Amino acid sequence: MALVLIEDSELLESALRGDRRSLGKLISRIELGFNPGLKKSKTWTLGVTGPPGVGKSTLIGSMISEWVRRGERVAVLAVDPSSPKSGGALLGDRMRMQGSDSSDSVYVRSIATRNHPGGLSYFIDPMIDVLAAAGWSKIIIETVGSGQSQTRIAAFTDRILLVEGPDRGDIIQAEKAGIIELADIIAINKSDIPSAKETFDSIIYSLDMSKSSNVDVHLVSALNGDGIISLIASIEKCHNYEDENFIRLKERLLSFWDSRLLSYPDLNDLLEQLNTGTITLDEASDMVCKGLLEEEI
Amino acid sequence: MRIVIAKPGLDGHDRGAKVITRILRDAGHEVIYTGIRKTPEEITRIMIDEDAHALGLSSLSGAHQVLIPKICEKLKSSNMHDVVVFAGGIIPEHDHQILFDSGVRAIFGPGTHSNTITEFLSEVENRKLNKMPTGVGEDLGWRWC
Ligand SMILES: Nc1nc2c(ncn2[C@@H]2O[C@H](COP(=O)(O)OP(=O)(O)OP(=O)(O)O)[C@@H](O)[C@H]2O)c(=O)[nH]1
Ligand SMILES: [Mg+2]
Repeated sequence: MALVLIEDSELLESALRGDRRSLGKLISRIELGFNPGLKKSKTWTLGVTGPPGVGKSTLIGSMISEWVRRGERVAVLAVDPSSPKSGGALLGDRMRMQGSDSSDSVYVRSIATRNHPGGLSYFIDPMIDVLAAAGWSKIIIETVGSGQSQTRIAAFTDRILLVEGPDRGDIIQAEKAGIIELADIIAINKSDIPSAKETFDSIIYSLDMSKSSNVDVHLVSALNGDGIISLIASIEKCHNYEDENFIRLKERLLSFWDSRLLSYPDLNDLLEQLNTGTITLDEASDMVCKGLLEEEI
Repeated sequence: MRIVIAKPGLDGHDRGAKVITRILRDAGHEVIYTGIRKTPEEITRIMIDEDAHALGLSSLSGAHQVLIPKICEKLKSSNMHDVVVFAGGIIPEHDHQILFDSGVRAIFGPGTHSNTITEFLSEVENRKLNKMPTGVGEDLGWRWC
């Protein structure tokens, strides 16, 4: 069987017609830098973020089941970090999402960050556009909420669900604002474990302190289904207030800026000069700005 | 490479599969672990959706004689001829030929050194670069031994 290289346009066409194999291949090409340049269509996106192991994937799994029952077509991009040393990645999210492997109404794709400078910011938008154009009515992005470039991926969605777990109270108090500032909805998962309630209380307390009254907080259990329906209701009615949109846009801008800065060709040169003290930080940033402008021309 | 590690059949032990998953990650691959008890249809669906290049099947329970050939057939009938399939676990010698005939390119028994598996995958990458057959539905001349 000969290897046939299918043209990008042909692949796009058949992916949009609903062919899953083509969709899979198209996303791989976007990961390598291809941008299909689709017109921005109407999309419904949800970012799900939070610390490792709190149950993000399991919770997404139970929400998927409910949405599919209601006739939605749900696509999930599950993002995990690549190892900076080997470049490899362990992609284990889909294993936790029930029904991810057998329904025509569910598409789950695991994405490794591949150590791109500044994170996945260049790729995530084209992927969302392709999925929306292919008829996926709900698009969910799971990302671990550790490390800034990871958290920022969530800012590329229209609504952000922060998932927390039991015994996180002290840490949340210590972190103060952070990701809580970006979150539209907060779910404390594993409510079947008593200490989840403590996390719930300290989040309510933090929110009271920062007067973010727009945030709904839920105590849920992905394991036994408690609270899932009202969590979904909260997600469904969530809409962006203008000032929140600004926070989000700022994160997106910052993440693009990071990508461009980190892929600046003479970056090592600059760092060398900073190291020897021949230039100041101020001069270095001027040089980057000028350099980036010249690149455009 | 993007590699899916799956565990067909009904037994619930997946320690071996998890060890392989980590070895492959450390060798620089992107490894998707599917969890236990996957049907041939589900495994094929995962291969398609994840745009994976290789599939590692772990079997301990004797499920291999029926399930592994069935998965290979399903991949071929879903137009996934170029996917590389390898197997591991407890698979008696006299069953190897059935699997090779189905398009499996390597069988790793218990106690296989981790280097052997990563060398197999490097060889696969080399052959792919040179447009030589490695896939489950491609010419069966070559296999790892
Ligand atoms: N008790 C209890 N355990 C849960 C619940 N939800 C998930 N878990 C368990 O928590 C563990 C982690 O679940 P995941 O869904 O993989 O968590 P995650 O946040 O996606 O993890 P990463 O993607 O690795 O950051 C698993 O063992 C789940 O079975 C829950 O509501 N209650
Ligand atoms: Mg997860």
